[in-house]
Amino acid sequence: MFTYTLRRLAFAVPTVLVISLIVFLMLDMAPGDPTGSLPLTIPLEVREQIRQALGLGDPVLVRYFKWLHMMVIIEPSHMLANATGWNIAIEGPRILSWQTRSPVGDIIVQRIPQTLWVVGLGYLFGILIAVPIGVISAYKQYSWFDQTGTFISMVGFSVPTFFTGVVFILIFSVWLGWFPSMYDTTHRVRDWDSFLFQVRQIAMPVAVLALFNASQISRFMRASMLDNLNQDYVRTARAKGLMERTVLLVHVLRNSMIPVVTVIAIGIPTVFTGAIITEQIFRVNGLGDALIRAIYVSDWPMVQTITFIFAILIVLFNLIADVLYGILDPRIRYE
Amino acid sequence: MSETAPAPAAEDVHDLRPPRNQWWDVWDQFKTHKGAMAGMIVFISILLFVFAGPWVWQVDPGLIDIRSRNQGSSWAHPMGTDQLGRDLLARMMYGGRVSVAVGLTAMLLGLVLGTLIGVLAGYFKLFDGPLMRVTDLFLALPLLPLLLILVTLFRDPLEGAFGQAMGVFALIVVAIAITSWMQTARIVRGDVLALKEREFVLAARSIGTPARRINTRHILPNVMSPIMVSATLGIASAIITESALSFLGLGFPPDFPTWGRILYDGRDWIEQYPARVVWPGVFISLTVLSVNFIGDGLRDALDPRIRGR
Repeated sequence: MFTYTLRRLAFAVPTVLVISLIVFLMLDMAPGDPTGSLPLTIPLEVREQIRQALGLGDPVLVRYFKWLHMMVIIEPSHMLANATGWNIAIEGPRILSWQTRSPVGDIIVQRIPQTLWVVGLGYLFGILIAVPIGVISAYKQYSWFDQTGTFISMVGFSVPTFFTGVVFILIFSVWLGWFPSMYDTTHRVRDWDSFLFQVRQIAMPVAVLALFNASQISRFMRASMLDNLNQDYVRTARAKGLMERTVLLVHVLRNSMIPVVTVIAIGIPTVFTGAIITEQIFRVNGLGDALIRAIYVSDWPMVQTITFIFAILIVLFNLIADVLYGILDPRIRYE
Repeated sequence: MSETAPAPAAEDVHDLRPPRNQWWDVWDQFKTHKGAMAGMIVFISILLFVFAGPWVWQVDPGLIDIRSRNQGSSWAHPMGTDQLGRDLLARMMYGGRVSVAVGLTAMLLGLVLGTLIGVLAGYFKLFDGPLMRVTDLFLALPLLPLLLILVTLFRDPLEGAFGQAMGVFALIVVAIAITSWMQTARIVRGDVLALKEREFVLAARSIGTPARRINTRHILPNVMSPIMVSATLGIASAIITESALSFLGLGFPPDFPTWGRILYDGRDWIEQYPARVVWPGVFISLTVLSVNFIGDGLRDALDPRIRGR
């Protein structure tokens, strides 16, 4: 198991490197120029010096390795230093956002909490809704509960989140006035009332994501339960006189969770990228919002960094899913 | 062979029904799936609405009539008008044409790419390793951010080359296709790997059939079922992706309506005129839902274990 994990890790590193090269090259060919927005009165030589100072004069490969060094060593050290307060930040040139002229790492550290709250809660509630629905649907296959559950989950992942979000705004904030339609990011939780306000403003984005994730996961849960319900060990468990509840919730559920857990792990990065849209609907200023804004104004360093973070998330969680599968399922032994 | 052959032949003498194409069996099974049939009816109605509708409802979707702006439903404008007085029904029809066309073309392109890569990787051992590494790599890419970047970067050059409408159309179709072929390629490769060891492929090879014809005549027809299922899923996800791009303001230009774009434009007016958001949203959702149901029915119908004979 340990050697397998190591081997998978060794394979993940080149994947990340190739992705970083793709992301870098794609945006390196981009037409935008950081000096393009400066006043035209700046003389040409000075403009050229500014370009040199930004490191735009070097050959492509040199710039790539410089960028990679900043990306994987300097920026993470600063992010960690900011987050923990330890003095571990490595000195050196940092990746500067073209729109704010501040290091991208600092902006990302400001943006991550909002995304984590919305995405994390949305995914968590999605799982909490999906598992019981999947279990009951499979146990009572073709019952009215199963039929409605399957239909609703089909609707849930067919209706795009940008429409569910808009409908939620229409019903709950325009007509009923229960929740604010825009996320107030300057809001700080200090006492009970401000906490209630926080709950109210985060409710809709979380509900949109939770519904979408629940409909996907419940389908997996149902299919996985159905695979297990007809197995011999279930008959054995019933034959030796276990209560139906024990059979279902201990024996079948635990075995059915194995593939579902890996699906949940693989889905986490997709939820992050999917939250780009949810953040746009409710104006949450998270990571996805930062990405969209950076794309609008051609702030390529910012775009590169966020895309790279998403890529690392995908590779990381694929790795975690594979290793989890090996740990959870004793029938699978990697060499 | 000699002792088993006569038995079915004797039965066949009494069975004088004309030979039946297997697709008729698939259709018979498909018909029993209620959701799939409902999905099919809805999808065909939507296709009729967007492609035949403009002949019946001959209103120019771009006609600006500022005096009749922001109207609700009436006989003159069944879905109302927008802030410039353009007829929403006509815009929904023309927008639907673009959305459905993007979905169908992107799906076809992605399918061709995926099948090609899947067959090459499955049939030729030489290509298997490299092509599957490329597939894994693409699966590890953050697709939505990359799509957004692709569209932003290549919009201007392509608009210059093909004109505004065609340039954006080609760009979005190609961008969606090259970010969605991986699942098809994996499924096709798996099936081809199993099929190429079968006797009929060996027989074909032994009489000197070239690899190209073995693939087109013997292997491709046998992987049609998974390809068709992923085709339906492909249409659904392509339509959603296109509307998501338009919704983020990075898809088609405003004078070129698609369902996603109409929804994006209507979002600013949601408090006063919710219909402008609800109509395009309902149409996108209905299309995707119906296509997903068709896919479900197709998967059951194409599975020979389920298909009752």
